[in-house]
Amino acid sequence: MGTWTWFHKLASPPHFYRIAGRLIPWFAVPAALLIAGGLYGGLVRAPPDYQQGEAFRIIYVHAPSAWLSLVCYTTMAVAAAVGLIWRIKLAHALAAATAPIGASFALLCLATGSLWGRPMWGTWWEWDARLTSQLILFFLYLGYMALRSAYDDLGRADRASAVLAIVGIVNVPIIHFSVDWWNSLHQGSTVIRKGGPAMPPSMLVPLLMCFAGFTLLYAALACIRVRAEVLERERNATWLRELPPA
Amino acid sequence: MTPRRKRLFSVVAILAGVGLAAVVALKAFDNNLLYFYDPSQVAAGMAPAGKTFRIGGMVTKGSVARTPGSLEVRFVITDFAKSVTVVYDQILPDLFREGQGIIAHGRMRDGVFVADDVLAKHDEKYMPPEVAKSLKHAIPPEGST
Repeated sequence: MGTWTWFHKLASPPHFYRIAGRLIPWFAVPAALLIAGGLYGGLVRAPPDYQQGEAFRIIYVHAPSAWLSLVCYTTMAVAAAVGLIWRIKLAHALAAATAPIGASFALLCLATGSLWGRPMWGTWWEWDARLTSQLILFFLYLGYMALRSAYDDLGRADRASAVLAIVGIVNVPIIHFSVDWWNSLHQGSTVIRKGGPAMPPSMLVPLLMCFAGFTLLYAALACIRVRAEVLERERNATWLRELPPA
Repeated sequence: MTPRRKRLFSVVAILAGVGLAAVVALKAFDNNLLYFYDPSQVAAGMAPAGKTFRIGGMVTKGSVARTPGSLEVRFVITDFAKSVTVVYDQILPDLFREGQGIIAHGRMRDGVFVADDVLAKHDEKYMPPEVAKSLKHAIPPEGST
């Protein structure tokens, strides 16, 4: 049982509230530095692409957003499953807090992709497997949030939306492998690929910085939002009244 | 079975069920999910005859011929096994060039693909112009940077 005490301690709202509060700057500061450095390296310092010219630079926002939209969904589904199985309210809180962040990343990914698609492919939108599955991911986020808001009772909202989140997880591998399974308009992945990244270091390093920066940004946002969720859920708890005024 | 195990079991059951359903559904949709057919599939008669569909392949080097005085352009696309001639009479996208992957929408007419839309397909490789120039002289296309 000893190994589980840290887990149960972390799942206690007052303890988590304190830890998450302390973690925010440790995520937010490196996130800001990495994103600023990555965008400077990518938008200013990196050479233009031999075919796409300057327009390829949209990858520095597009690819990390796409990655985060998948990371957020996976986090949301796993947290929802943990909440459902072990009845941990904090896990439901994490899932609920993650959904709008993931939806934002998914939308950013779709918007930047569309802006890039017009000059490069010659179209704003095509119903290709990658684009369509990513659009479904965005709708899954919206559906999850809509379902939550349809219940007045928090416990019911947690359980019902958790099932939706778990069901939707099948879409995540479909998005990732869509470009390998079917002939698609969208190209294969540049970074995670057989034979290593298809990019020189001058382009790749800023891209990896953006990936790390966006991921840390999500961690910081998740801490902030879960704290807000905890405050709302525990508004009548005694530990909150004993908290020193901020 | 404890209630917790029961819940764990039902979550696993949901995942297995939905996963299986997704696999079966995607298998059934397989051909409709193909965004385009390649020239070999067209040659094998897998593309819908008499209907519009998309064909994708690489523009063969030296095959692009423009008709003087009009926008009409003819080129051959290949998947390195079979080739198809494409005719198009509108403005081509920026990335269109010989050796580039493209996707054309249209229909087959007398063995020629008459396109009403041409999209440029981009691959996953990125490199600075100077590197691309020196690569052209040195290494075959699959060389890593």
